[in-house]
Amino acid sequence: MYSVNYHRATSVADAASKAKGEAKYLAGGMTLIPTMKQRLAQPGDVIDLMHIGELKGIKVEGKVVTIGAGTTHAEVAASAAIKAVCPALCHLASHIGDPHVRHRGTIGGSIANNDPAADYPAAMLALDATIATNKRKIPAGDFFTGLFETALEEGEIVTAVTFVAPDKAGYEKFPNPASRYAMTGVFVVLDGGSVRAAVTGAGETGVFRSVEIENALAGKFEASALDAVTVPADGLMSDMHASADYRANLVKVMAKRAVGRAKG
Amino acid sequence: MASVSMTVNGRAVSGEVEGRTLLVHYLREHLGLTGTHVGCDTSQCGACVVHVDGKAVKSCTMLAAQASGSTIVTIEGLADGADLHPVQAAFKENHGLQCGFCTPGMIMAATDMIRRHPEGLDEKTVRAELEGNICRCTGYHNIVKAILAASEAMAKGGKAKAA
Ligand SMILES: Cc1cc2nc3c(=O)[nH]c(=O)nc-3n(C[C@H](O)[C@H](O)[C@H](O)COP(=O)(O)OP(=O)(O)OC[C@H]3O[C@@H](n4cnc5c(N)ncnc54)[C@H](O)[C@@H]3O)c2cc1C
Ligand code: FES
Ligand code: FES
Repeated sequence: MYSVNYHRATSVADAASKAKGEAKYLAGGMTLIPTMKQRLAQPGDVIDLMHIGELKGIKVEGKVVTIGAGTTHAEVAASAAIKAVCPALCHLASHIGDPHVRHRGTIGGSIANNDPAADYPAAMLALDATIATNKRKIPAGDFFTGLFETALEEGEIVTAVTFVAPDKAGYEKFPNPASRYAMTGVFVVLDGGSVRAAVTGAGETGVFRSVEIENALAGKFEASALDAVTVPADGLMSDMHASADYRANLVKVMAKRAVGRAKG
Repeated sequence: MASVSMTVNGRAVSGEVEGRTLLVHYLREHLGLTGTHVGCDTSQCGACVVHVDGKAVKSCTMLAAQASGSTIVTIEGLADGADLHPVQAAFKENHGLQCGFCTPGMIMAATDMIRRHPEGLDEKTVRAELEGNICRCTGYHNIVKAILAASEAMAKGGKAKAA
Protein backbone atom coordinates (compact mmCIF):
# COMPACT_ATOMS: atom_id res chain seq x y z
CA MET A 1 0.00 0.00 0.00
CA TYR A 2 1.28 3.50 -0.80
CA SER A 3 1.66 5.77 2.16
CA VAL A 4 -1.49 7.56 3.26
CA ASN A 5 -2.50 10.07 5.92
CA TYR A 6 -5.25 8.93 8.27
CA HIS A 7 -7.86 11.37 9.57
CA ARG A 8 -10.74 10.59 11.90
CA ALA A 9 -13.91 12.61 11.33
CA THR A 10 -16.14 13.50 14.27
CA SER A 11 -19.21 14.60 12.29
CA VAL A 12 -20.50 14.59 8.71
CA ALA A 13 -19.64 18.28 8.39
CA ASP A 14 -16.15 17.62 9.73
CA ALA A 15 -15.66 14.76 7.23
CA ALA A 16 -16.82 16.91 4.32
CA SER A 17 -14.48 19.73 5.32
CA LYS A 18 -11.54 17.30 5.45
CA ALA A 19 -12.29 15.89 1.97
CA LYS A 20 -9.89 17.68 -0.33
CA GLY A 21 -8.06 16.63 -3.47
CA GLU A 22 -7.34 12.90 -3.64
CA ALA A 23 -8.84 12.12 -0.23
CA LYS A 24 -11.17 9.14 0.16
CA TYR A 25 -13.74 8.32 2.79
CA LEU A 26 -13.05 5.15 4.74
CA ALA A 27 -16.01 3.29 6.23
CA GLY A 28 -15.67 -0.44 6.99
CA GLY A 29 -12.64 -0.58 4.73
CA MET A 30 -13.68 -4.02 3.42
CA THR A 31 -13.43 -2.80 -0.16
CA LEU A 32 -11.19 0.25 0.09
CA ILE A 33 -8.31 -1.33 2.03
CA PRO A 34 -7.94 -4.38 -0.27
CA THR A 35 -8.12 -1.98 -3.24
CA MET A 36 -5.40 0.22 -1.72
CA LYS A 37 -3.22 -2.84 -1.07
CA GLN A 38 -3.50 -3.76 -4.74
CA ARG A 39 -2.60 -0.15 -5.56
CA LEU A 40 -5.81 0.20 -7.56
CA ALA A 41 -6.67 3.13 -5.30
CA GLN A 42 -4.02 5.46 -3.96
CA PRO A 43 -5.63 8.24 -1.96
CA GLY A 44 -3.19 10.59 -0.23
CA ASP A 45 -5.60 10.88 2.68
CA VAL A 46 -8.33 8.68 4.13
CA ILE A 47 -11.10 10.12 6.26
CA ASP A 48 -12.52 7.59 8.71
CA LEU A 49 -16.32 7.83 8.93
CA MET A 50 -16.80 5.06 11.49
CA HIS A 51 -16.73 7.28 14.56
CA ILE A 52 -19.53 9.59 13.39
CA GLY A 53 -22.55 9.01 15.63
CA GLU A 54 -25.03 10.59 13.22
CA LEU A 55 -24.23 7.93 10.55
CA LYS A 56 -25.13 5.06 12.86
CA GLY A 57 -28.29 3.30 13.72
CA ILE A 58 -31.54 1.81 12.49
CA LYS A 59 -34.93 3.46 12.88
CA VAL A 60 -38.22 1.77 12.02
CA GLU A 61 -41.38 3.90 12.33
CA GLY A 62 -44.43 2.00 11.16
CA LYS A 63 -43.31 0.76 7.76
CA VAL A 64 -40.67 3.41 7.22
CA VAL A 65 -37.16 2.03 7.65
CA THR A 66 -34.13 4.32 7.91
CA ILE A 67 -30.64 2.85 8.11
CA GLY A 68 -27.63 5.07 8.83
CA ALA A 69 -24.83 4.77 6.26
CA GLY A 70 -22.38 3.61 8.92
CA THR A 71 -24.54 0.65 9.98
CA THR A 72 -22.71 -2.64 9.54
CA HIS A 73 -23.98 -5.66 7.63
CA ALA A 74 -24.01 -7.59 10.94
CA GLU A 75 -26.21 -4.93 12.56
CA VAL A 76 -28.73 -5.04 9.69
CA ALA A 77 -28.70 -8.85 9.70
CA ALA A 78 -29.45 -8.93 13.43
CA SER A 79 -32.01 -6.10 13.58
CA ALA A 80 -35.28 -7.35 15.08
CA ALA A 81 -36.96 -4.08 14.05
CA ILE A 82 -36.09 -4.57 10.36
CA LYS A 83 -36.89 -8.28 10.55
CA ALA A 84 -40.40 -7.44 11.71
CA VAL A 85 -41.19 -5.42 8.57
CA CYS A 86 -38.72 -6.55 5.88
CA PRO A 87 -36.98 -9.83 6.76
CA ALA A 88 -35.60 -10.11 3.21
CA LEU A 89 -33.13 -7.31 3.92
CA CYS A 90 -31.82 -9.10 7.03
CA HIS A 91 -31.48 -12.28 4.98
CA LEU A 92 -29.52 -10.38 2.33
CA ALA A 93 -27.19 -8.75 4.88
CA SER A 94 -26.54 -12.07 6.60
CA HIS A 95 -25.22 -13.51 3.33
CA ILE A 96 -22.68 -10.81 2.52
CA GLY A 97 -19.14 -12.19 2.65
CA ASP A 98 -18.36 -13.78 6.01
CA PRO A 99 -18.92 -12.90 9.69
CA HIS A 100 -15.71 -10.85 9.97
CA VAL A 101 -16.53 -8.83 6.84
CA ARG A 102 -20.06 -8.25 8.16
CA HIS A 103 -18.68 -6.88 11.44
CA ARG A 104 -16.92 -4.06 9.57
CA GLY A 105 -18.58 -3.50 6.17
CA THR A 106 -21.34 -0.89 6.00
CA ILE A 107 -24.43 -0.30 3.90
CA GLY A 108 -23.18 3.19 2.97
CA GLY A 109 -19.84 1.83 1.78
CA SER A 110 -21.51 -0.92 -0.20
CA ILE A 111 -23.85 1.33 -2.14
CA ALA A 112 -21.27 4.12 -2.61
CA ASN A 113 -18.95 1.50 -4.07
CA ASN A 114 -21.67 0.00 -6.33
CA ASP A 115 -19.80 -3.18 -7.19
CA PRO A 116 -21.77 -4.85 -10.01
CA ALA A 117 -21.89 -8.05 -7.93
CA ALA A 118 -22.76 -6.46 -4.58
CA ASP A 119 -26.00 -7.41 -2.82
CA TYR A 120 -27.35 -4.15 -1.38
CA PRO A 121 -27.80 -2.29 -4.70
CA ALA A 122 -30.43 -4.87 -5.75
CA ALA A 123 -32.35 -4.31 -2.52
CA MET A 124 -32.17 -0.52 -2.79
CA LEU A 125 -33.48 -0.56 -6.36
CA ALA A 126 -36.26 -3.08 -5.74
CA LEU A 127 -37.34 -1.38 -2.49
CA ASP A 128 -37.37 1.98 -4.32
CA ALA A 129 -35.22 3.34 -1.50
CA THR A 130 -34.11 6.92 -1.15
CA ILE A 131 -30.42 7.55 -0.61
CA ALA A 132 -29.82 10.56 1.63
CA THR A 133 -26.53 12.42 1.38
CA ASN A 134 -25.12 15.47 3.11
CA LYS A 135 -26.45 17.49 0.14
CA ARG A 136 -29.69 15.94 -1.13
CA LYS A 137 -31.97 12.92 -1.44
CA ILE A 138 -31.48 10.62 -4.43
CA PRO A 139 -33.98 7.94 -5.54
CA ALA A 140 -32.25 4.56 -5.89
CA GLY A 141 -33.37 4.50 -9.53
CA ASP A 142 -31.11 7.51 -10.21
CA PHE A 143 -28.32 6.58 -7.81
CA PHE A 144 -26.70 3.53 -9.43
CA THR A 145 -25.35 4.81 -12.72
CA GLY A 146 -22.88 2.15 -13.92
CA LEU A 147 -20.06 -0.19 -12.94
CA PHE A 148 -18.70 1.20 -9.66
CA GLU A 149 -20.42 4.46 -10.66
CA THR A 150 -23.04 6.38 -8.69
CA ALA A 151 -24.72 9.77 -8.81
CA LEU A 152 -22.51 10.89 -5.89
CA GLU A 153 -20.51 14.01 -6.59
CA GLU A 154 -16.94 14.61 -5.48
CA GLY A 155 -16.85 14.64 -1.68
CA GLU A 156 -20.57 13.87 -1.25
CA ILE A 157 -21.32 11.60 1.72
CA VAL A 158 -24.10 9.02 1.93
CA THR A 159 -25.75 9.57 5.31
CA ALA A 160 -28.67 7.12 5.30
CA VAL A 161 -31.05 5.04 3.22
CA THR A 162 -34.82 5.07 3.69
CA PHE A 163 -37.56 2.86 2.29
CA VAL A 164 -41.14 1.93 3.01
CA ALA A 165 -41.37 -1.77 3.79
CA PRO A 166 -43.41 -3.44 1.02
CA ASP A 167 -46.14 -6.07 1.42
CA LYS A 168 -43.69 -8.79 0.45
CA ALA A 169 -40.00 -8.98 -0.39
CA GLY A 170 -37.54 -11.77 -1.09
CA TYR A 171 -33.89 -12.07 -2.08
CA GLU A 172 -31.92 -14.96 -3.43
CA LYS A 173 -28.42 -15.03 -4.85
CA PHE A 174 -26.27 -17.62 -6.50
CA PRO A 175 -23.06 -16.90 -4.63
CA ASN A 176 -19.76 -17.13 -6.41
CA PRO A 177 -18.29 -20.21 -4.70
CA ALA A 178 -15.01 -18.41 -3.94
CA SER A 179 -15.96 -14.83 -3.08
CA ARG A 180 -19.65 -15.16 -2.06
CA TYR A 181 -20.44 -12.07 -4.13
CA ALA A 182 -23.56 -12.56 -6.26
CA MET A 183 -22.93 -14.34 -9.54
CA THR A 184 -26.55 -13.35 -9.98
CA GLY A 185 -28.92 -12.15 -7.29
CA VAL A 186 -32.55 -11.08 -7.57
CA PHE A 187 -34.52 -8.98 -5.09
CA VAL A 188 -38.29 -9.10 -5.67
CA VAL A 189 -40.88 -6.82 -4.11
CA LEU A 190 -44.68 -6.84 -4.11
CA ASP A 191 -45.86 -3.42 -3.09
CA GLY A 192 -49.59 -2.68 -3.31
CA GLY A 193 -50.38 -3.77 -6.85
CA SER A 194 -46.89 -3.20 -8.22
CA VAL A 195 -43.97 -5.55 -8.57
CA ARG A 196 -40.30 -4.63 -8.72
CA ALA A 197 -37.47 -7.07 -9.44
CA ALA A 198 -33.86 -5.89 -9.34
CA VAL A 199 -30.96 -7.99 -10.56
CA THR A 200 -27.35 -7.76 -9.38
CA GLY A 201 -24.24 -9.65 -10.47
CA ALA A 202 -25.50 -10.09 -14.01
CA GLY A 203 -25.77 -6.76 -15.83
CA GLU A 204 -22.87 -5.38 -17.90
CA THR A 205 -23.64 -1.94 -16.49
CA GLY A 206 -24.45 -3.05 -12.97
CA VAL A 207 -27.73 -3.49 -11.13
CA PHE A 208 -30.95 -3.25 -13.21
CA ARG A 209 -34.67 -3.99 -13.07
CA SER A 210 -35.89 -6.93 -15.12
CA VAL A 211 -39.00 -6.00 -17.10
CA GLU A 212 -39.61 -9.64 -18.08
CA ILE A 213 -39.66 -10.80 -14.46
CA GLU A 214 -41.75 -7.83 -13.31
CA ASN A 215 -44.36 -8.25 -16.04
CA ALA A 216 -44.77 -11.95 -15.39
CA LEU A 217 -45.10 -11.46 -11.62
CA ALA A 218 -47.55 -8.56 -12.01
CA GLY A 219 -50.21 -11.06 -13.08
CA LYS A 220 -49.55 -13.50 -10.27
CA PHE A 221 -46.86 -13.11 -7.59
CA GLU A 222 -45.90 -16.77 -7.54
CA ALA A 223 -42.85 -18.68 -8.69
CA SER A 224 -44.93 -20.62 -11.25
CA ALA A 225 -45.74 -17.34 -13.02
CA LEU A 226 -42.12 -17.31 -14.16
CA ASP A 227 -42.14 -20.78 -15.75
CA ALA A 228 -42.70 -19.48 -19.26
CA VAL A 229 -40.48 -16.41 -18.98
CA THR A 230 -37.34 -16.05 -21.07
CA VAL A 231 -34.83 -13.50 -19.83
CA PRO A 232 -32.78 -12.09 -22.73
CA ALA A 233 -28.98 -12.44 -22.47
CA ASP A 234 -28.39 -9.06 -24.16
CA GLY A 235 -26.51 -6.73 -21.87
CA LEU A 236 -25.58 -9.47 -19.41
CA MET A 237 -22.00 -10.15 -18.32
CA SER A 238 -19.87 -12.97 -19.68
CA ASP A 239 -16.76 -13.78 -17.69
CA MET A 240 -14.71 -16.70 -16.37
CA HIS A 241 -17.50 -17.52 -13.90
CA ALA A 242 -20.47 -17.69 -16.23
CA SER A 243 -21.63 -16.81 -19.75
CA ALA A 244 -24.37 -14.28 -20.44
CA ASP A 245 -26.77 -17.12 -21.36
CA TYR A 246 -26.05 -18.91 -18.11
CA ARG A 247 -26.64 -15.69 -16.18
CA ALA A 248 -29.91 -15.08 -18.07
CA ASN A 249 -31.13 -18.44 -16.84
CA LEU A 250 -29.86 -17.68 -13.33
CA VAL A 251 -31.93 -14.48 -13.28
CA LYS A 252 -35.06 -16.56 -13.78
CA VAL A 253 -34.06 -19.26 -11.30
CA MET A 254 -33.04 -16.78 -8.60
CA ALA A 255 -36.23 -14.77 -9.19
CA LYS A 256 -38.31 -17.93 -8.69
CA ARG A 257 -36.51 -18.74 -5.47
CA ALA A 258 -36.78 -15.13 -4.28
CA VAL A 259 -40.54 -15.19 -4.84
CA GLY A 260 -40.74 -18.51 -3.00
CA ARG A 261 -38.92 -16.93 -0.09
CA ALA A 262 -40.82 -13.61 -0.18
CA LYS A 263 -42.51 -12.59 3.07
CA GLY A 264 -44.12 -9.48 4.43
CA MET B 1 2.26 9.33 11.12
CA ALA B 2 -0.64 8.69 13.44
CA SER B 3 -0.71 8.34 17.21
CA VAL B 4 -2.54 5.25 18.37
CA SER B 5 -3.51 4.00 21.77
CA MET B 6 -5.54 0.90 22.50
CA THR B 7 -5.97 -1.87 25.02
CA VAL B 8 -4.50 -5.15 23.81
CA ASN B 9 -5.12 -8.27 25.88
CA GLY B 10 -5.83 -6.12 28.91
CA ARG B 11 -2.72 -3.96 28.56
CA ALA B 12 -2.84 -0.28 27.56
CA VAL B 13 -0.45 0.38 24.68
CA SER B 14 0.29 3.46 22.62
CA GLY B 15 2.69 4.52 19.91
CA GLU B 16 3.27 6.21 16.59
CA VAL B 17 2.48 4.34 13.37
CA GLU B 18 2.35 5.18 9.69
CA GLY B 19 -1.15 5.89 8.40
CA ARG B 20 -0.91 2.76 6.23
CA THR B 21 0.18 0.42 9.05
CA LEU B 22 -2.27 -2.45 9.25
CA LEU B 23 -3.56 -3.57 12.62
CA VAL B 24 -2.00 -7.01 12.08
CA HIS B 25 1.42 -5.43 11.50
CA TYR B 26 1.04 -3.24 14.56
CA LEU B 27 0.25 -6.33 16.65
CA ARG B 28 3.04 -8.46 15.21
CA GLU B 29 5.83 -6.00 14.59
CA HIS B 30 5.29 -3.23 17.13
CA LEU B 31 3.90 -5.31 20.00
CA GLY B 32 5.61 -8.61 19.20
CA LEU B 33 2.31 -10.50 19.30
CA THR B 34 3.14 -12.91 16.49
CA GLY B 35 0.33 -15.35 17.28
CA THR B 36 -1.88 -13.47 14.82
CA HIS B 37 -0.93 -14.68 11.35
CA VAL B 38 -1.02 -13.23 7.84
CA GLY B 39 -2.14 -15.94 5.46
CA CYS B 40 -3.33 -14.17 2.35
CA ASP B 41 -3.21 -10.43 3.01
CA THR B 42 -6.21 -10.20 0.63
CA SER B 43 -9.05 -10.45 3.19
CA GLN B 44 -9.92 -14.03 2.31
CA CYS B 45 -8.34 -16.50 4.73
CA GLY B 46 -9.07 -15.33 8.27
CA ALA B 47 -5.65 -16.28 9.69
CA CYS B 48 -5.45 -12.70 11.00
CA VAL B 49 -8.76 -12.65 12.89
CA VAL B 50 -8.69 -10.81 16.23
CA HIS B 51 -11.48 -9.31 18.33
CA VAL B 52 -11.93 -5.55 18.16
CA ASP B 53 -14.38 -4.29 20.78
CA GLY B 54 -15.69 -7.82 21.15
CA LYS B 55 -16.18 -8.59 17.46
CA ALA B 56 -14.14 -10.82 15.16
CA VAL B 57 -12.47 -8.82 12.39
CA LYS B 58 -9.73 -9.42 9.83
CA SER B 59 -6.79 -7.43 11.19
CA CYS B 60 -5.13 -7.39 7.76
CA THR B 61 -8.05 -5.30 6.52
CA MET B 62 -8.03 -2.63 9.18
CA LEU B 63 -5.54 0.17 9.75
CA ALA B 64 -3.96 0.33 13.18
CA ALA B 65 -5.16 3.94 13.30
CA GLN B 66 -8.77 2.80 12.79
CA ALA B 67 -8.42 0.63 15.90
CA SER B 68 -7.12 3.46 18.08
CA GLY B 69 -9.30 3.74 21.17
CA SER B 70 -10.50 0.16 20.85
CA THR B 71 -10.09 -2.93 22.99
CA ILE B 72 -8.33 -5.77 21.18
CA VAL B 73 -8.07 -9.42 22.10
CA THR B 74 -5.64 -11.65 20.21
CA ILE B 75 -4.96 -15.38 20.48
CA GLU B 76 -2.36 -14.55 23.17
CA GLY B 77 -5.11 -13.04 25.32
CA LEU B 78 -7.46 -16.03 25.50
CA ALA B 79 -5.81 -18.37 27.97
CA ASP B 80 -6.05 -17.69 31.68
CA GLY B 81 -2.42 -18.17 32.68
CA ALA B 82 -1.65 -21.85 32.16
CA ASP B 83 -5.35 -22.69 31.75
CA LEU B 84 -6.34 -22.88 28.10
CA HIS B 85 -9.55 -21.19 27.00
CA PRO B 86 -12.26 -23.84 26.42
CA VAL B 87 -12.00 -23.31 22.64
CA GLN B 88 -8.22 -23.79 22.72
CA ALA B 89 -8.69 -26.89 24.89
CA ALA B 90 -11.27 -28.29 22.46
CA PHE B 91 -8.94 -27.76 19.47
CA LYS B 92 -6.22 -29.65 21.35
CA GLU B 93 -8.58 -32.40 22.44
CA ASN B 94 -10.15 -32.90 19.00
CA HIS B 95 -6.94 -32.48 17.03
CA GLY B 96 -8.44 -29.41 15.33
CA LEU B 97 -5.15 -28.47 13.71
CA GLN B 98 -2.52 -29.90 11.44
CA CYS B 99 0.23 -27.38 10.64
CA GLY B 100 -1.46 -24.87 12.93
CA PHE B 101 -1.10 -21.85 10.69
CA CYS B 102 -4.83 -21.10 10.42
CA THR B 103 -5.45 -22.04 14.06
CA PRO B 104 -5.20 -18.63 15.78
CA GLY B 105 -7.74 -17.18 13.33
CA MET B 106 -9.95 -20.28 13.60
CA ILE B 107 -9.99 -20.03 17.39
CA MET B 108 -10.71 -16.30 17.40
CA ALA B 109 -13.50 -16.86 14.85
CA ALA B 110 -14.84 -19.77 16.92
CA THR B 111 -15.00 -17.82 20.20
CA ASP B 112 -16.86 -15.03 18.38
CA MET B 113 -19.21 -17.55 16.75
CA ILE B 114 -20.01 -19.21 20.08
CA ARG B 115 -20.70 -15.81 21.66
CA ARG B 116 -23.14 -14.92 18.86
CA HIS B 117 -25.00 -18.24 19.16
CA PRO B 118 -25.95 -18.61 22.83
CA GLU B 119 -28.74 -20.95 21.65
CA GLY B 120 -26.04 -23.47 20.66
CA LEU B 121 -24.49 -24.55 17.37
CA ASP B 122 -24.98 -27.35 14.88
CA GLU B 123 -22.62 -28.58 12.20
CA LYS B 124 -24.36 -26.74 9.38
CA THR B 125 -24.18 -23.42 11.21
CA VAL B 126 -20.53 -23.90 12.14
CA ARG B 127 -19.61 -24.66 8.52
CA ALA B 128 -21.51 -21.63 7.25
CA GLU B 129 -19.97 -19.41 9.91
CA LEU B 130 -16.47 -20.56 8.92
CA GLU B 131 -16.95 -18.96 5.51
CA GLY B 132 -14.20 -16.44 6.23
CA ASN B 133 -11.59 -18.88 7.52
CA ILE B 134 -9.54 -21.09 5.25
CA CYS B 135 -7.47 -24.06 6.39
CA ARG B 136 -4.84 -24.85 3.77
CA CYS B 137 -4.32 -28.27 5.36
CA THR B 138 -8.09 -28.76 4.84
CA GLY B 139 -8.61 -30.16 8.33
CA TYR B 140 -12.14 -28.78 8.55
CA HIS B 141 -13.70 -31.93 9.93
CA ASN B 142 -11.85 -31.74 13.25
CA ILE B 143 -12.10 -27.96 13.38
CA VAL B 144 -15.89 -28.26 13.20
CA LYS B 145 -15.83 -31.02 15.82
CA ALA B 146 -13.68 -28.89 18.12
CA ILE B 147 -15.99 -25.88 17.81
CA LEU B 148 -19.08 -27.97 18.52
CA ALA B 149 -17.38 -29.54 21.54
CA ALA B 150 -16.26 -26.13 22.84
CA SER B 151 -19.72 -24.68 22.37
CA GLU B 152 -21.22 -27.50 24.43
CA ALA B 153 -18.56 -27.34 27.11
CA MET B 154 -19.00 -23.60 27.45
CA ALA B 155 -22.78 -23.84 27.60
CA LYS B 156 -22.45 -26.33 30.45
CA GLY B 157 -19.86 -24.22 32.20
CA GLY B 158 -21.97 -21.11 31.68
CA LYS B 159 -18.93 -19.53 30.05
CA ALA B 160 -20.38 -18.65 26.66
CA LYS B 161 -20.70 -15.02 27.68
CA ALA B 162 -17.17 -14.75 29.03
CA ALA B 163 -15.38 -15.54 25.76
C1 LIG C 1 -13.91 -11.31 1.71
C2 LIG C 1 -14.97 -10.33 1.30
C3 LIG C 1 -16.20 -10.80 0.85
C4 LIG C 1 -17.21 -9.92 0.46
N1 LIG C 1 -18.38 -10.43 0.02
C5 LIG C 1 -19.37 -9.59 -0.36
C6 LIG C 1 -20.63 -10.10 -0.79
O1 LIG C 1 -20.89 -11.30 -0.80
N2 LIG C 1 -21.58 -9.20 -1.18
C7 LIG C 1 -21.35 -7.85 -1.14
O2 LIG C 1 -22.25 -7.10 -1.49
N3 LIG C 1 -20.20 -7.35 -0.71
C8 LIG C 1 -19.19 -8.18 -0.32
N4 LIG C 1 -18.01 -7.65 0.14
C9 LIG C 1 -17.84 -6.18 0.19
C10 LIG C 1 -18.36 -5.63 1.51
O3 LIG C 1 -19.76 -5.72 1.55
C11 LIG C 1 -17.94 -4.19 1.78
O4 LIG C 1 -18.21 -3.99 3.13
C12 LIG C 1 -18.64 -3.11 1.01
O5 LIG C 1 -18.56 -3.30 -0.36
C13 LIG C 1 -17.99 -1.75 1.27
O6 LIG C 1 -18.38 -1.26 2.51
P1 LIG C 1 -17.32 -0.66 3.52
O7 LIG C 1 -18.09 -0.05 4.61
O8 LIG C 1 -16.35 -1.70 3.88
O9 LIG C 1 -16.67 0.52 2.65
P2 LIG C 1 -15.18 0.98 2.36
O10 LIG C 1 -14.39 -0.15 1.84
O11 LIG C 1 -14.64 1.71 3.53
O12 LIG C 1 -15.47 2.04 1.20
C14 LIG C 1 -15.86 1.63 -0.10
C15 LIG C 1 -16.00 2.87 -0.99
O13 LIG C 1 -17.15 3.63 -0.60
C16 LIG C 1 -16.79 4.95 -0.21
N5 LIG C 1 -17.64 5.27 0.95
C17 LIG C 1 -17.75 4.55 2.10
N6 LIG C 1 -18.71 5.08 2.88
C18 LIG C 1 -19.21 6.16 2.24
C19 LIG C 1 -20.23 7.12 2.53
N7 LIG C 1 -20.94 7.06 3.67
N8 LIG C 1 -20.47 8.11 1.63
C20 LIG C 1 -19.76 8.16 0.47
N9 LIG C 1 -18.80 7.28 0.13
C21 LIG C 1 -18.52 6.29 1.00
C22 LIG C 1 -15.29 4.88 0.09
O14 LIG C 1 -14.66 6.13 -0.14
C23 LIG C 1 -14.83 3.83 -0.90
O15 LIG C 1 -14.64 4.39 -2.17
C24 LIG C 1 -16.99 -8.51 0.54
C25 LIG C 1 -15.77 -8.01 1.01
C26 LIG C 1 -14.76 -8.91 1.40
C27 LIG C 1 -13.46 -8.37 1.91
S1 FES D 1 -4.41 -12.52 6.25
FE1 FES D 1 -6.20 -11.40 6.75
S2 FES D 1 -7.74 -12.53 5.77
FE2 FES D 1 -5.92 -13.61 5.16
S1 FES E 1 -3.92 -26.50 10.08
FE1 FES E 1 -2.62 -25.97 8.43
S2 FES E 1 -3.69 -24.33 7.57
FE2 FES E 1 -5.13 -25.09 8.92
